[in-house]
Amino acid sequence: MTDIINFLFAAVLAACPLLLGTLGETLTEKSGNLNLGVEGMMFMGGIAGLAGSYYYERSAAEPAAWVSVTIALVCAFLCAALGAFIYSVLTITLRANQNVTGLALTIFGAGFGNFFGEFIGNSTGGYVSVSQATKAGFNDPLFPFLSNIPVVGKLLFSYNFMVYLSLAIAIFMWYFLACTRKGLNLRAVGERHASADAAGINVTLYKYLATCIGGGITGLGGLYIVMNSSNGVGGVWVHNCIGGYGWLSVALVIFATWHPARAILCALAFGTLSVMRFYFPSRIIPISLYEILPYLATVIVLITVSLRKKRENQPPASLGLAYFREDR
Amino acid sequence: MSVLKNDRRIPFLRIAKRAEISRRKAWAIRIAAILLSLITGGLLIIALGHNPFSVYRDMVTGSFSTRTALIATAKIAVPLLGAAISIAPAFKMKFWNIGTEGQILAGAIAASYFALFQHENMSRPVLLLVMFLAAVLVGGLWALIPAVFKAKWGTNETLFTLMMNYIVLNIVTYLRTGPWKNPSSSGFPKIAMFDDSARLPNLFGVHIGWIVVLGLTIFMYIYMKHTQHGYEIAVVGESENTARYVGMHVPVIITRTIFISGAIAGLVGFLIVSGSSYTLTDNTAGGYGFTAITVAWLAKLDPFAMIIISIFLAVLKKGSNTIQTNFKIPASASEVLTGIILFFMLGCEFFINYRLIFRNTKIVEVQHD
Amino acid sequence: MNPVNAIELCDITKTFNDIPANNKVCLQIRWGEILSLLGENGSGKTTLMNILAGIYFPDSGTVYINGNEVTIRSPKDAYDLGIGMIHQHFKLVDNMTAAENIVLGLKGKGRLDRKAISAKVREIGEKYGFNVNPDKKIYDMSVSEKQTVEIIKVLYRGANILILDEPTAVLTAQEAEKLFDVLKNMRDDGKAIIIITHKLQEVMAVSDRVAVLRKGEYAGTVNTKEATVQSLTEMMVGRTVSLNIERPEPVDPVPRMVVKGITSYNEEGYKILDNVSFTAYGGEILGIAGISGCGQKELLEGIAGIYPVTPDSSVEYYPDDTGKATELVGKRPMQIRKLGVALSFVPEDRLGMGLVGSMDITDNMMLRSYLKGKLGFTDRNPPKKLAENVVEQLNVVTPGITTPVSKLSGGNVQKVLVGREIAAAPKVLMTAYAVRGLDINTSYTIYSLLNEQKKAGVAVIYVGEDLDVLLELCDRILVLCGGKVSGIVDGRSATKEQIGLMMTSLGEEVKK
Repeated sequence: MTDIINFLFAAVLAACPLLLGTLGETLTEKSGNLNLGVEGMMFMGGIAGLAGSYYYERSAAEPAAWVSVTIALVCAFLCAALGAFIYSVLTITLRANQNVTGLALTIFGAGFGNFFGEFIGNSTGGYVSVSQATKAGFNDPLFPFLSNIPVVGKLLFSYNFMVYLSLAIAIFMWYFLACTRKGLNLRAVGERHASADAAGINVTLYKYLATCIGGGITGLGGLYIVMNSSNGVGGVWVHNCIGGYGWLSVALVIFATWHPARAILCALAFGTLSVMRFYFPSRIIPISLYEILPYLATVIVLITVSLRKKRENQPPASLGLAYFREDR
Repeated sequence: MSVLKNDRRIPFLRIAKRAEISRRKAWAIRIAAILLSLITGGLLIIALGHNPFSVYRDMVTGSFSTRTALIATAKIAVPLLGAAISIAPAFKMKFWNIGTEGQILAGAIAASYFALFQHENMSRPVLLLVMFLAAVLVGGLWALIPAVFKAKWGTNETLFTLMMNYIVLNIVTYLRTGPWKNPSSSGFPKIAMFDDSARLPNLFGVHIGWIVVLGLTIFMYIYMKHTQHGYEIAVVGESENTARYVGMHVPVIITRTIFISGAIAGLVGFLIVSGSSYTLTDNTAGGYGFTAITVAWLAKLDPFAMIIISIFLAVLKKGSNTIQTNFKIPASASEVLTGIILFFMLGCEFFINYRLIFRNTKIVEVQHD
Repeated sequence: MNPVNAIELCDITKTFNDIPANNKVCLQIRWGEILSLLGENGSGKTTLMNILAGIYFPDSGTVYINGNEVTIRSPKDAYDLGIGMIHQHFKLVDNMTAAENIVLGLKGKGRLDRKAISAKVREIGEKYGFNVNPDKKIYDMSVSEKQTVEIIKVLYRGANILILDEPTAVLTAQEAEKLFDVLKNMRDDGKAIIIITHKLQEVMAVSDRVAVLRKGEYAGTVNTKEATVQSLTEMMVGRTVSLNIERPEPVDPVPRMVVKGITSYNEEGYKILDNVSFTAYGGEILGIAGISGCGQKELLEGIAGIYPVTPDSSVEYYPDDTGKATELVGKRPMQIRKLGVALSFVPEDRLGMGLVGSMDITDNMMLRSYLKGKLGFTDRNPPKKLAENVVEQLNVVTPGITTPVSKLSGGNVQKVLVGREIAAAPKVLMTAYAVRGLDINTSYTIYSLLNEQKKAGVAVIYVGEDLDVLLELCDRILVLCGGKVSGIVDGRSATKEQIGLMMTSLGEEVKK
């Protein structure tokens, strides 16, 4: 029993960065931008958050954990949003190919993260690491008093604040898209640029905002990966630490059929797959093949999505297209 | 019938499509973009507290000044060019194959199998030939999996090919830690080094793979420009409807082209394991597959331009190792710089396709007869 | 107080690729009138109205609304000024409901109050006599319902200047009649209404004044009462043209293609072609008429082997007079050509299907013949010669044969396409909307090219939308209605009214 609870607990922790990445990319794609640079933006968010927290702790006389955490969040969001902003300028204003720009952002972001991760480490002789207090801020349960309730406490109330934050973002995004005017406008932009434009919507502004905010959210996912200590190391920079999570997020957007609430379940399913090997080791299947599972699942998801063609579950119709009002 | 007062002025900046631009002007814009990206990189170097000129100079001298450096640079450029050549037909067809990395590995695994376990049963030329064929075949088949799904059901190939990279990477890890583990290696599990008979001979200090890759470049140029297959690829890439209209069998063209693309990537995998690393590791593909996307795009899918671009990026990569030693700047700098160059190159296409009209620009009166 | 014009346009100029679409155009629209904006295809009507709607920004010129100079930089500006445009290709989001489309982009409470919106939509509908279900998705709607949504969308925003671009192009006669009633209601309500059209009968029926554009320039405005069809045509074309299209008598018609019971289902499983049968004879032009989307496209593509048809459909091709037939159904275009079937096809979507936009003229000529080279290589010499011939004989305006076809104007693109298809020496030539978007001279060039083919004994199939042209060009006209043949009439004796009725109801009902 405790094994299963621990397993589910670990699955939720593993799902959290995927959920953040998926949500950010969902928002982006709702505006018609297919940003394949999630991996890169996660790198950027991860290193910026880590660096922000690290430099704050070094400069402050008595660093407070909550300030350090806040600075990390803000830095991660802004830096990833900056990556998304570069992408936006290139694809929205300068009409560059979205696929290639996304790949370029991935190359740049991964380089950016590893470069500064090493650089900051080098300049301080060794490696970057934040204090125990900050690490605890990211990893300790948000409701310690509730988490002692048997079973339910562990399953529902023992997670760190990032888990609840990502759930809140998911629910808010669902509400925003389904029930508000601005959400309706955003969906219209992604469906048909020309229609949205003719209806008086500022297409460019919506695309920029959705892409940059979406990018910022994926950056929080990157920060989570860097700060999370459930795999043994947390709060330090590990070379290539994002390791494909950004790409999995892009695939999850398709799996969740561009629906923020559904993204929660899909991320959870993937989180489960990625921790399964620790809890259900198999004598027949070696660990390295076990690790293939999430990727294999993604492939299966891609295939099933392409096989079923339902009107409501289609991508935003203008996904990947640039818009120039005076095109004829 | 009240009408809103509207006294806002003319927009500050407007854009319009260009009718045509001279080739020379277009290339001038592209070269300006590369210069601007180097300047941006220079600003970054200044921000880190170094002199950009000496850093750039060391990058170049570190890649060319000595024979060893030159050989090292060539060893980077050869697989990079090969991988870019493999991407060219796929991208021309607008099939976003970003699984080159995995296809290289798949080819490398196949070649390694014969190098590790069959080298005693064959003479050297036969062994090398078998390794070559196995790599080409397996690389092609590995690429064929996503291609078949794309051709039949339109499955998203970008993510599919990418996921295939992770899958094959884990297979390599499995082989390295399991069945192919070198029993005599202590500590970190490794695969044994190849027997001498499974290693490619050198020519001018570099394995003969460079001749193979240059040959491929010429082949790809002719294939894309002057063959019926190449023409079909171009039509399918531009408009599947047109392809169907003239009766091209689109699924066949897609699968055939991607098989060729993967086969060339597999060949690159063979060249890497048999020509430079002499064993199979998790790092065999070493990011060549990804960097090759940059090469292919910057070269506008022109095979000959790819030679120049892949040498340029090889210098960046080799040079970044030099500056890591000389200036303690992390080697990831090459990726950052590559990213910046890509951003500028992507952005500059806009100025080739559109022209800007500022608020005060006088519009030339168009004479109407 | 002097009556002020609703809109006054002064010296509006707009160029695309250095070609002027509007050149110093001036125009006035009054409150409480319906103004027809008349002009040929390509005369700049839509461009001029798109400037008012904020889609295009003029290179020079001024716009006055209610006597005040204004700058319209975006559709939002246009709405703020009370201008609403119903575009020819509706600007609706397909997978949203009518109500959602109507409130798109409007300011208001952050949360959408769907009930209140639906109520207001119904209220507007009742006021002007529309019938619309606010909660219906656009993709479930008919064309006329979609148009209604567009009109309500504009009215909901409080527009008092309405622009309608070719509003009747997609409507049946009855639906058009209803639309005109609504428009007259609005005019009596004091609104200013502009209708873009090139149908003279409509102009006479509905408008108060007519403004005419000719090749991007303003040709004048007249009161409808004082105008005649002939005088408007002269203003539009600039000279008196004989509207007569040449129609030689068919010589020795022999069956070339016998179509029997073609049936086809589209992707959603909806029957798009239902048991269509006809015979195309060599030496005649067979017209195909119908409201757009009635299966014309699928019919031609089905014959050409591009669109799937049911296996029990049959298309027999007779290469000569021996009566030996080749069955085309179930074969791909390449196989059809290998069987020696001389079938040429000018599709509706020129750059998206018939040609490759980014390739030059030579490479586009090669599209049909690229497999002719040896050893898997391509031979560019024959297509190069063909390109030179087509450019010279059809007067294609182009910098050279190495220019990408997407850089050519619409008429020249069509000449390249038709030139290539005719060069293949067809026995059956199918064309879909061959003159759509072309100016009158190019249209006549196309008509005479088709007539030449007819005289050479080719079976020509002409899918068209302009009934006048169909009646003057074709020997027989097949009328489609909802994927079924509602009848085949003689082009020399049939009337427009007769065909119009057949387009909207099936043959049996006509007979009753």
